[in-house]
Amino acid sequence: MIPFDFEYYKPSSISEAVELHRQLDEAGKKPVYYSGGTEIITLSRLNLFYTEAVIDIKGIPECCLCEKEGTRLHLGAGLPLAEIERADYFPLLTVTSKDIADNTARMKITLGGNVCSELIYREAILPFLLSDSQVVTAGASGEVSRPVNEFFNKEIVLEKGEFLVRFITEERFLRAPYFHTKRRKQWNTGYPLITVAALQEEGKTRTAYSGLSPFPFRSRIMEESLNRDNTPLRRKAEQAVNNIPHEIISDSEGSAEYRKFVLKNVLMDVMTRMGRRGPE
Amino acid sequence: MTGRAAHFHINGEEYNIYIRNADTLLYVIRGKTGFTGAKPGCLNGDCGACTVIVNGWPVKSCLMLAVEAEGEEIITAEGLHGSEIQKAFVKYFAFQCGYCTPGYIMNCQTLITQYPEADRNKIKEWLDSNICRCTSYEEIEQALYSVLRQHR
Repeated sequence: MIPFDFEYYKPSSISEAVELHRQLDEAGKKPVYYSGGTEIITLSRLNLFYTEAVIDIKGIPECCLCEKEGTRLHLGAGLPLAEIERADYFPLLTVTSKDIADNTARMKITLGGNVCSELIYREAILPFLLSDSQVVTAGASGEVSRPVNEFFNKEIVLEKGEFLVRFITEERFLRAPYFHTKRRKQWNTGYPLITVAALQEEGKTRTAYSGLSPFPFRSRIMEESLNRDNTPLRRKAEQAVNNIPHEIISDSEGSAEYRKFVLKNVLMDVMTRMGRRGPE
Repeated sequence: MTGRAAHFHINGEEYNIYIRNADTLLYVIRGKTGFTGAKPGCLNGDCGACTVIVNGWPVKSCLMLAVEAEGEEIITAEGLHGSEIQKAFVKYFAFQCGYCTPGYIMNCQTLITQYPEADRNKIKEWLDSNICRCTSYEEIEQALYSVLRQHR
């Protein structure tokens, strides 16, 4: 049981949601936007989260978009991951999503909820980092569209009262060759030791990572190592691992050294699957 | 307001219930309708013992606020009334202590309805959502396969 009470609102428009947040914040109710709510519910039960008002964004049509319009795919923050998988517009996102939590949980976990999670993994962001997607957010200054790497750089960049509305991805990335793998300490369901997502664009392999550092990231320095011509496969992978630009996690899932060992082998798999092994 | 009078459709019947906005669907179903098929297990979305069907899809009712389910079609184990999958669980002894059984049955029932042609990968993906501490996994899979075979 959640040991405190809160007000619940389900606005039907972006402007209504933003105005509600402003009013509730002024009233000192610590309002939060609520999408799938799985993290809010589980952390609240443990007294690790507190609010006096939740604003459910699933009644806002723009947050529930799941459609192609011309050459662009729109995916709303309020979409359950399972619904995105069923639509299967973006195959790399589909396979990435299928490795998050479990099938039934993904009926409730939403795209926005996963990306804005307090947990370090947030794997649903990986395909968007690789595809130079645009992010639409809404706040006091109205709706704003910006590149994903301005929205997500180690952490979510949102002003007070601002919320994630949808992602926009160009069609050419939806059809691009891709690869995804999630390595766990054990079992088939659960948090990753390392997740790697890869996408091929103009003959170059892009890679993004979760579970390696305290946040998901895409690294162009590592990509340069991996895409170096005339370099043997093992050497490319070693150089990429040596160029990891952030702190590497050591935790109960595995030590930093073990993660580097696993990553080197995973990157060799990635480049092989992408047809970019290089000379023997 | 931190609570409300809410209207629910559960197992084909209508319920007007006063709920806290902070109540989970699991808490309301068990505590205020008398349907105790959905079991409180981990309460954390991990075990699947509390799985119910909402609008045709499985949901872990510990991960849903009751207020989110207002007006939706909810089915618990009590709403199946001797379905094929329930009979198959008995026939194949697909349980030991039985605590996880209603959650498994609701998950299997939805899979059978939504994906009667489900392949091995789909079945494995769906069954990974539930945990059976008595490890009746082989028998549960046999029970599910037996029903899927009848539908092909």
